[in-house]
Amino acid sequence: MSTAFLSSWKVRIGLGILAFFCLLALLGPWLAESLLGLDPRANDTDAIALPPGGEHLLGTNQFGQDVLAQVIAGARGSMYVGLIGAVVGTAMAILVGVPAGYYGGRVDAALNFLTNLFLVLPVLPLILIVAGYLQGTGLTTIALIIGFFGWSGGARTLRAQALSIANRDFVRAMRMLGEKGRRLVFAEVLPHLTGLIASMFLHAMIGAVMAEAGLAFLGISDSSAISWGTMIQSAQQQSAVLRGLWWWFVPPGLCIALIGTAAALVNFGVDEFANPKLRVARPVSVRRTKRLARAAATTGGDSR
Amino acid sequence: MTVGTEPHPSSVTATAVLEVRGLTVEYATGSAPVRACADVSFTLRRGEILGVAGESGSGKSTLITALTRLQRPPAVTTAGQILFHGRDGAPPVDLAALDGRQLRRYRWTALSIVLQSAMDALNPVMRIGAQFADVLRARERGLSKKDAWARAEELLALVGISADRVRDYPHQLSGGMRQRAAIALALACGPELVVMDEPTTAVDVVMQRQILAQVLRLREELGFAVVFVTHDLSLLLELADRIAIMYAGRIVEVGEAADLYRSPRHPYTQGLRDSFPPLHAPLRTLRGIPGTPPDLRRPPAGCPFHPRCAQRIEGCDERLPALLPVRSQPGHEAACLLDESHHEQQKGGNR
Amino acid sequence: MTAVTAEKPVAVRAARARVPRRWGFLGRRLGFYLAAAWSAITLNFFLPRLMPGDPSAAIVEQLQRVSGQQLAPSALESIQKVFGNADANLGRQYLDYLGQLARFDLGVSVSNYPVPVSDLLWQGVPWTLLLVGTTTVIAFVLGTGIGAMAGWKAGGRFDSVLSPLTTFVSAIPYFWMALLGLWLFAFVLGWFPLSGGYDADLPIGFSPSFLLSVLHYGALPAATIVFSAFGGWLLGMRNMTVTTVREDYVLLAQAKGLSNRRVLLRYAARNAVLPNFTGFALALGHVVGGALLTEVVFNYPGIGYLLYTSLQQRDYPVMQGVFFLIMLTVLLANLLADSVYALLDPRIREGG
Repeated sequence: MSTAFLSSWKVRIGLGILAFFCLLALLGPWLAESLLGLDPRANDTDAIALPPGGEHLLGTNQFGQDVLAQVIAGARGSMYVGLIGAVVGTAMAILVGVPAGYYGGRVDAALNFLTNLFLVLPVLPLILIVAGYLQGTGLTTIALIIGFFGWSGGARTLRAQALSIANRDFVRAMRMLGEKGRRLVFAEVLPHLTGLIASMFLHAMIGAVMAEAGLAFLGISDSSAISWGTMIQSAQQQSAVLRGLWWWFVPPGLCIALIGTAAALVNFGVDEFANPKLRVARPVSVRRTKRLARAAATTGGDSR
Repeated sequence: MTVGTEPHPSSVTATAVLEVRGLTVEYATGSAPVRACADVSFTLRRGEILGVAGESGSGKSTLITALTRLQRPPAVTTAGQILFHGRDGAPPVDLAALDGRQLRRYRWTALSIVLQSAMDALNPVMRIGAQFADVLRARERGLSKKDAWARAEELLALVGISADRVRDYPHQLSGGMRQRAAIALALACGPELVVMDEPTTAVDVVMQRQILAQVLRLREELGFAVVFVTHDLSLLLELADRIAIMYAGRIVEVGEAADLYRSPRHPYTQGLRDSFPPLHAPLRTLRGIPGTPPDLRRPPAGCPFHPRCAQRIEGCDERLPALLPVRSQPGHEAACLLDESHHEQQKGGNR
Repeated sequence: MTAVTAEKPVAVRAARARVPRRWGFLGRRLGFYLAAAWSAITLNFFLPRLMPGDPSAAIVEQLQRVSGQQLAPSALESIQKVFGNADANLGRQYLDYLGQLARFDLGVSVSNYPVPVSDLLWQGVPWTLLLVGTTTVIAFVLGTGIGAMAGWKAGGRFDSVLSPLTTFVSAIPYFWMALLGLWLFAFVLGWFPLSGGYDADLPIGFSPSFLLSVLHYGALPAATIVFSAFGGWLLGMRNMTVTTVREDYVLLAQAKGLSNRRVLLRYAARNAVLPNFTGFALALGHVVGGALLTEVVFNYPGIGYLLYTSLQQRDYPVMQGVFFLIMLTVLLANLLADSVYALLDPRIREGG
């Protein structure tokens, strides 16, 4: 399993895009400021709402701020929320899902109810309410809230997996040998779930980036923080659409869509790798089969 | 209920219902295609039961999907003919050459199939009767829904399932009942040939015997021919008229059931026979032959069995033996250099 | 789906025997949704009361500072209902709160004083139901149908273009898609109005011209929601169909020589669609959230827009009312999806 899934072009492209945005978030703001001299917050009153091109590659917004600089700074904000949100969400999914599946019985009944509850509750309005109560919400708070409310899907998957592992012979045997439950869960069961957890983490990260964008769009965010979501929100507030300033809101949304696609590609590729039925349905194997059939039809005609 | 060990020659007429010639199936995986069935040829007579035995990976499942034209990517039939002789005496049809629409005319009326696990083979969200009715009505225009369901009840009665079960869903039947229902379904349109893919592996031994007895009885009544694929040679001895042994995608030996079991010609057949317990004992896994089946991506040169063969001689790793008639046993063919007919062929080749 | 009704006449007897089981399943689900509703309501009650300090006082102070005038007593009471009254007994408050909810008394709006919250909700509900309800159904049917076709010929030309494209489309945030659509079709091309849910110059009613304006105003928001939402259903259905097509019962259906159409509809898609119903809960939250944001982009006069304005004005009673309503609707929709599922799958068991 280790690196074999890298052979899929979907996985490679997806991971490439993700790596690019991670680097952008990490180094981008520093590079932009020191090399290009771009400051995402600087208001250039001589360059208000300029279309892309020339000195400002992606144009400027209504406040005379450079859109490119904002996109780069926004990458850091959005990826930060994505990371923290995913860490919190995945940790909670593990803490709820794995014990539920492993212990079963009453523990499972309670934890599973909790999972299903959070699964059916409309999360976005709930987050809005909570964020509304907390006055003045910075990116960290937003990330924590997103993680806290976004773990249920992962917990459900992990529960099912842990359930199947707990019933495997080696775990049963170790339990009979008197191995302590907690040690078993973390030393024996969890390692079998690392692949799944990694994929969940990726999913959670994208989910958090998108949720942050949605929340920021509704104005639940510290207006001084820069993320892709706050960019779109201020574009909306300044009626960028009605002024035709498409370059203001298109780049941040495109970035979010790209990251989402990248994650979906990785998951798609890994799925195809893990599920032979999907692998057969890949265009490459369909084409290969057709080629073989065609070749057989021509030579077969000769022999008959 | 007893199962006759002797075949019933009276029901076996001499005319062929199926002639397979040089059937080759390849899988389009990786850089080079993998040959899962190579140059398979055999003839099936009307009303005959042909058993096909082999280890898993011997190509017997591939053979089934190729015969029934049910193969899916990446499997492709790259050579060979599947000649079907209709009851009406019309010229034979090459099933391998027909397109989907032409093929549909022969499906279920000429050729039907029973799959390994009826649990998986029956649609879980359709009532048993509906799964009979849809094929009955597709084959017989103008058959009313009510009549089709009545026919389904009759067919179920044929395998000893009471009529009120027709409204059940598959999961409501017991394992043995499901399997028998699947057999009844295969007989719905009076086929001349039924292909059975290990239909008794999913049920217990008692039910297995009942089902085999039923297949023999129904064959007697309805006169269809059967290709019965299994890994269990001793089971075939009770059921089949003739047995073909497959190894690495090829038929290595074929002959009358009792004859082949009594005096196998190919070392692989001998190993296969000796690795199973004698009749009337529970099944065990194959253990008697050392080594593993070859990797079909890189088949060994010469006879594919030679790396595992205790009796191999010079030339086994170079020449691929053809399937040739065995002199001393009429109707018996083997693909082994040890066999006398191959000595002559060798001489003939040198001449 | 027609298959189910077609089977009815012959199936009456057996169906009667199975009724208790099916109702047992739905009963358990209903019990769960009731428990979920109660948990959410309770959470809604305790969350603000667990906040540090005296949130009521802080909010009253803030509102008075913003509006520059003294808060009316009933508005104060409305806020205390939501955020708790530090002086009153907690259990007493909780019981009062439950009683009010039962009467659908959600307090009074602070920003639109003294309009009851429930009145504001009733104004928004028809619009949201119209928009989100129809688009959810359309997106589900469209996505599932196209997904089944793509999965049936998986790896073919149609599938190998459509699937990656859909992956990209479904990764686009709803509201951004809405902004883009608004900019392109309303601003640049001018085909659709820029905001609102109906022509404000026409009297509201069931006159043809008004209904036509509703369609005209609703088309673009609806299209963006469908466009954003159908991808998820499509990809799920595609993968399920690819898996289902390789099941033995589909193989057997092909061996039976049934028409491709019948094999696809009655055997492959019929089974592949089941997980889409069990996954409804997961998808619905996403769709509802996205649709709320879309309403904001188009200033569509529904619940989402109401939530947005109440958020801007920190009108907490309205926020809570909206949440209460959305939660009830989502739970009801899930119960509906469960019922369809129970109808479609004879093997219904607990654990969906």
